[in-house]
Amino acid sequence: MAQTLIPKDINDALAQNVPLVTDKEYSILNLGPTHPATHGIFQNILTMDGEKIVSTEQTVGYIHRAFEKIAERRPFYQITTLTDRMNYCSSPINNFGWHMTVEKLLGITVPKRAEYIRVIMMELARISDHLVCNSILGVDTGAYSGFLYVFQEREKIYEIYEEICGARLTTNMGRIGGMERDLSPTAIAKINDLVNKSLPKVMLEFETLFDRNKIFRDRTIDVGPIAVDRAIAYGFTGPNLRAAGVDYDIRTAEPYSSYEDFDFEIPVGHNGDTFDRYMVRNAEIWESIKIIKQAMKNLPEGPYYADNDQYYLPPKKEVYRSMEALIYHFKIVMGEIEAPVGEVYHAVEGGNGELGFYLISDGGRTPYRLHFRRPSFIYYQAFPEMIKGLTVSDVVPIMSSLNVIAGELDA
Amino acid sequence: MIRNQEIVEEIVGQFGEKVFAFEEPYGMLTFCAETSQLVNVVRFLKEHKTFKFAFLTDVTAVHYPDEKDKEICSVCHLHSWENGVRVRIKVYAPIGQPDVPSLTGLFESANWLEREAFDFFGVNYLNHPDLRRILNMDEMDYHPLRKEYPLEDGTRNDKIDALFGR
Repeated sequence: MAQTLIPKDINDALAQNVPLVTDKEYSILNLGPTHPATHGIFQNILTMDGEKIVSTEQTVGYIHRAFEKIAERRPFYQITTLTDRMNYCSSPINNFGWHMTVEKLLGITVPKRAEYIRVIMMELARISDHLVCNSILGVDTGAYSGFLYVFQEREKIYEIYEEICGARLTTNMGRIGGMERDLSPTAIAKINDLVNKSLPKVMLEFETLFDRNKIFRDRTIDVGPIAVDRAIAYGFTGPNLRAAGVDYDIRTAEPYSSYEDFDFEIPVGHNGDTFDRYMVRNAEIWESIKIIKQAMKNLPEGPYYADNDQYYLPPKKEVYRSMEALIYHFKIVMGEIEAPVGEVYHAVEGGNGELGFYLISDGGRTPYRLHFRRPSFIYYQAFPEMIKGLTVSDVVPIMSSLNVIAGELDA
Repeated sequence: MIRNQEIVEEIVGQFGEKVFAFEEPYGMLTFCAETSQLVNVVRFLKEHKTFKFAFLTDVTAVHYPDEKDKEICSVCHLHSWENGVRVRIKVYAPIGQPDVPSLTGLFESANWLEREAFDFFGVNYLNHPDLRRILNMDEMDYHPLRKEYPLEDGTRNDKIDALFGR
């Protein structure tokens, strides 16, 4: 950690090998709002002493879209499309997190098969999120090939999304009460191919490219470390907290969607530096592969949606033939479901940490108040402290290793 | 495993009448505190030797325009990782003077969360080091998540309750 040296006189300046400056003036550097190295719209006004960063002024909110206000005017099922625009690198986790929150409020039990399909999709989302983060970290430290290489695998994951829900980036996957359709044979084949054949091979090669690469290690080890107590005080969750050495993961702390059925480990780091964050994310990709394999192997038979016509759209055939089904179909599409009065907080382990939904219902067709606990919004506060005393070349890898997603930051 | 009942007994033993309205919606212990006592209550829970509510999950606000002198509600969620328990603490303030003590002295993470609540609801967090707008632009002169700003044209009559038998 470099300190600003202020020599007393010229002899002292020579002894310390720094120039004697009497009227000192800091320079200001604007990093952002639109800068190719920040991967998103953030502004950091850096106050620099030569090459060292003295302080940082962060400005966020450039892509704020007032989701919390819009949500107060929408029926529950229409809010799903707002959630996947938050962390758009792992939209299915956001979608299912929201569905689970509403299911908790309405008291719907989802069948095992739907929960397993959700787990598979959420872990695929986590893999794609971590792949992007780690490969971009490679790009920021000067290695482009890893990025291009793993994007083939991300493309395969997006093809699986397409097979499941028809969309790729903003997925709107699943429904309140289950999935909208069962896993198709093509989807099963694609998932099996990904987790058994192509992804492990690519991951091994990706790790060979980076893990023991001298340049990568020099650029990341001991760069931007954060101590455990500071990380907890700043509200870190997810891989960034685990890199600091805390094994807090909501998948094990408060298992949701049948995560208790799976055997997996929570990787933790030691120093919380950029390299640890990279290693934790890589290890989590391997754990996610493990979870998907188990889920595919033990995928239970049975329905993929809750048998509850009041909340889950009845099959189209029924809608055309029976009066009740038609009424329920109409009511659900119009958002006229019977919601109880109450407040519920539900958290899922998102790509970046604890993604929470705080929903207050007054019994109406829309939420009275909905608040998203967005992990990157909370831990991005620690950024000035983490980059203090470092150089601009360290700022960019630290920022990308924190995986701050602009959509999630600004909601 | 700590039961909610034990937490209630401890807090009531410490603060008596200053904490009230205990509820358990969907299993999460929820209670209100006197606005002036918020920091003391949170510090007590954070530094308690068995509860250890050392993590601030969330701070946000809610606007209840019909509650006289309790229009603005500031809600915080605390989490005890070691015990696997969460609590939700609410404090109320009148909209004319929405003063709520800040939690930034206990948790650094409260800084931006409180700025967000200030930005959208105008909650005036006392002793906050830097209470400015965060997501909206600085020139904005209102607090957009308050209920007096409807999202849709109020003259629309295709979605009135009568059409749905209510």
